[in-house]
Amino acid sequence: MTNDTIAAIATGLTTSGIGIVRISGPESYEIINRIFVNKNGGSVILNKPNRIHYGFINVSRETLDEVLVMNMRAPHSFTGEDTIEIDCHGGPLMMKRMLEAVIDAGARLAEPGEFTKRAFLNGRIDLAQAEAVIDVINSTNDSSIKASVAQLKGSVSNKVRELREELIHATAFIEAALDDPEHYELDNYGDEIMPKLTSLHKSIEELVKTYKYGRFVREGINTCILGKPNAGKSSLLNAILGEERAIVTDVAGTTRDAIKETVTYKNITLNIVDTAGVRETEDKVERIGVEIAYKEAIGADLVLYVIDSTIPMDESDKRIIEFLEANGLKTLYLLNKTDLLRSKNEDVVDLCGENVSRETLKISTVTGEGISELLEKIHDMYTDGSITENNQVVITSERHVESLRKADKSICNVIESIEAGLPEDFFTIDLMDAYKELGLIIGEETEEDLVNRIFSEFCMGK
Amino acid sequence: MSENIVREKYDTVVVGAGHAGVEAALASARLGLKTIMFTVSVDSIAMMPCNPNIGGSSKGHLVCELDALGGEMGRNIDKTYIQSRMLNESKGPAVHSLRAQADKQAYIKEMRKTLENTPGLKIRQAEVAEILVEHGKVCGVKTVSGAIYDCERVILCTGVYLKARCIYGEVSEYTGPNGLKAANHLTQSLIDLGIAIKRFKTGTPARVDGRSVDFSKMQVQHGDEFVRPFSFSNEPEDIAIKQADCYLTYTNEETHRIIRDNIDRSPLFSGAIEGTGPRYCPSIEDKVMKFPDKERHQIFVEPEGLYTNEVYLSGMSSSMPEDVQYRMIRTMPGFENADIVRNAYAIEYDCIDATQLKATLEFKNIGGLYSAGQINGSSGYEEAAVQGLMAGMNAALSFKGEDEIVLDRSQAYIGVLIDDLVTKESAEPYRMMTSRAEYRLLLRQDNADLRLSEIGNRAGLLDDETFEKYLIRKREIEEEITRMNETMVGVCAENNEFLAAHGSEPLKEGHGIKMSDLIKRPELDYDTLAPIDKKRKPLNWRVREQVNISIKYEGYIKRQQIQVEQFKKLESRLIPEDFDYGVLNGLRIEAKQKLSKIRPASIGQAQRISGVSPADINVLMVYLEQFNRQKGNAEKAQN
Repeated sequence: MTNDTIAAIATGLTTSGIGIVRISGPESYEIINRIFVNKNGGSVILNKPNRIHYGFINVSRETLDEVLVMNMRAPHSFTGEDTIEIDCHGGPLMMKRMLEAVIDAGARLAEPGEFTKRAFLNGRIDLAQAEAVIDVINSTNDSSIKASVAQLKGSVSNKVRELREELIHATAFIEAALDDPEHYELDNYGDEIMPKLTSLHKSIEELVKTYKYGRFVREGINTCILGKPNAGKSSLLNAILGEERAIVTDVAGTTRDAIKETVTYKNITLNIVDTAGVRETEDKVERIGVEIAYKEAIGADLVLYVIDSTIPMDESDKRIIEFLEANGLKTLYLLNKTDLLRSKNEDVVDLCGENVSRETLKISTVTGEGISELLEKIHDMYTDGSITENNQVVITSERHVESLRKADKSICNVIESIEAGLPEDFFTIDLMDAYKELGLIIGEETEEDLVNRIFSEFCMGK
Repeated sequence: MSENIVREKYDTVVVGAGHAGVEAALASARLGLKTIMFTVSVDSIAMMPCNPNIGGSSKGHLVCELDALGGEMGRNIDKTYIQSRMLNESKGPAVHSLRAQADKQAYIKEMRKTLENTPGLKIRQAEVAEILVEHGKVCGVKTVSGAIYDCERVILCTGVYLKARCIYGEVSEYTGPNGLKAANHLTQSLIDLGIAIKRFKTGTPARVDGRSVDFSKMQVQHGDEFVRPFSFSNEPEDIAIKQADCYLTYTNEETHRIIRDNIDRSPLFSGAIEGTGPRYCPSIEDKVMKFPDKERHQIFVEPEGLYTNEVYLSGMSSSMPEDVQYRMIRTMPGFENADIVRNAYAIEYDCIDATQLKATLEFKNIGGLYSAGQINGSSGYEEAAVQGLMAGMNAALSFKGEDEIVLDRSQAYIGVLIDDLVTKESAEPYRMMTSRAEYRLLLRQDNADLRLSEIGNRAGLLDDETFEKYLIRKREIEEEITRMNETMVGVCAENNEFLAAHGSEPLKEGHGIKMSDLIKRPELDYDTLAPIDKKRKPLNWRVREQVNISIKYEGYIKRQQIQVEQFKKLESRLIPEDFDYGVLNGLRIEAKQKLSKIRPASIGQAQRISGVSPADINVLMVYLEQFNRQKGNAEKAQN
């Protein structure tokens, strides 16, 4: 099979200062020289790699854009092939036209994941690294990048390797004893490996637990702002967005009555949904909004319930609190409008009618009081506990957690077999299942669909 | 044709008449091919030059599988056994293994009788010196006398006879086992055909005069009361005999001291032996050196047959000098005054690198040339026999223009054995072991008939009478399993008393249970439950056993079947025969070399080649996927 030359836009298709179009394959140099001239009228020279050329892309004798062109020579590039990168001006229209120019000059539009596939086929990266590349690309914050890079370097691999070592040791011993019963004694071997299996089961459970955190790291915490009308929900959102240490990302997709914003604070990302005010109402349109609000709350990882602390609680508040608790939603109760209270110590709202402790925070969306404490609080909630992001292995991939769960199930099967008093040769069936399943995570085992599944997750141009 | 030489024409020539040769010749002739089998000694057909038994751990499985396919070894040992035992009965059914002691002479005589009564099969005592090949296809063989036998299929079953050399101490003789003539010409012919040759080594223990042995000082080992036949065509009552005894004794510190003191005189340690020996069938000196902490090693004392008082010392294979052999044997309880009849010796021989073969056992580069048994680098009678059967069957099927048969690793130990031989470059003689089979619980000896009878009958090897009996059995098994799943055990005093008497939890009021769920309880099984299963009909023991195992271990069997489904996915991803691995930069150099050399048929097989890593397989899979897609697109474009 001869590789053709592929091209794609390597940066996101959004308004930005600079966009990059990447070309990879044996004809990269010919293609670029069909459309590029440097300021002296010269071309990009094959034998002088790793240079940056300033010049122009011309289409039909007209200059399309003023660009910088970087040339790399096989095998010293990401794909391991001759590669050209064109830095052009950003913006969807310009980048599309630039890509068209490259394709008209002889390149083929790359399929999703094709650059990485080529890097992989040329031995530049292995499958686990290819998989981690997806995560790095999709990262929205520092932790996420850290976890993915750690995966690239092998923190998950090392942990999984340790677990596999234990499994193969037990299996090998049983097999050896079956083949050479004179020299290897199997009596009570089940009891002997029981503590090991229990600790393996625990280790895997812990790893699986990190996935929840891993998901927060990777995808952000789905946060829902809930409250009665005029409690200050939208002001809270604006206050969070206005908090100087928060980074706001524009996200398209405003639904009818729910506004979504993404905010990054330190190393966590909040996907915040602001909802319509919740109250008892006869109004049909408003009721739809209330239903949407409840739906959003149920789907959220965290609810921020905003309460106007200047007015006493009423039936609606009671209903909402009942709803939050009945659904077991993780909630922070925010007592808003503290600026309007006569004194700091005044407690207008009695949240603790029953003996239930609820997480409350006093805020003022007007003065900004309590907002950074709120963010800090959320940050702590999702980063403390057993998981410290710097030294703990965190599972961020759904595929990995799936394999871990299967491996755990197999280990539990072995434990059951031992408890049921089955002969040792039965143990190896499930031990090997666990071993293989873990191997899939680190690429030491392979399965038919695995490869294509990983590559299908790539978006165009990566 | 010259008048001065003998020239005859056959369909198939089998070179060698050991356990591989006889199965190959029988399979070929039974499938209707005009077959001639060569041997260096007609008196030594199907000889057992080493241990006097058939079967044992995982080898018993091979014999049952061979029998289900229509081979002869199982039937022959059923006729000639003198003791039978089921090994590993404390373990799960997957590793139960049948082993029978043979009367060596009776075994030879019965096999020879069968061969001589097989139409279309001729036996000829002569040494084949040359394989004749034309245009990449085999066309005949030439013997040392110059006689030419034209044929279209040749099956090499030369065992340990190619340039064989027997060694003990400083004594070295260029003979085959038991002093038989070695075959010294054929290796060169194989080399001339471009076949890569290796040199392997194996060994055998001394034989001792039974009259010089005091058996009262050893532990006696009787045969089983219930003797299970190897062959599915036999019932226990058909083969009932009065069984002979075996004995167990042990080596001791003194034995080990003698060995250690003389280890420099062992040709294995001095370097006089160049061939590689089997790790899993080690000589006593290997064991003593490998397990220095072990105070004693088991030695099983087994009769060579009923015709003789010679006994075989299983576990004591050696190539120590004669005087050391006497001294070490006489340290063991019961052997203080032992007289040796035959010395222990190591034997070296030429064999081929079996990765040159397809899974059908035909050479990749020479059409019509097949190879089976120890020449392929295996060790053991059973391993040889099953290869002989497969090679003979495939030679005949391909001759008739029919599809050849390849068993995969999920179908049979035979599949595991052959796949390992043709895929992995073994550095030592390959012995079958249960640990080599991934899907062991599905590949039991008790269900070999269910796995393979249909294949054997369709190929034309398994006779219709045996097959009909099998079909009835199969139906009975299925019906009884269904009945067990549908029969409810009610809550009543009688049932609960029965359960209590068997240490099993009584049924709770209003909670009847399926009979199959009771079978699954560890303390119960199918047979035990007979008294509370009023509608049970008398069924054959094989049927009862299958019903019990299938129900009792259902969960494990299902899990293993899921493993097999995964396995088959990669097996079915085929690699084009002329695939060029050179273009794949992502493959490591070692992987490229191995893949180019072995040319695996599928991704699954490629994965099992040593030196090919999962990362290489991933690269290969992605590439092939792309390759096939492009090919598909190109074909679409053409249409």
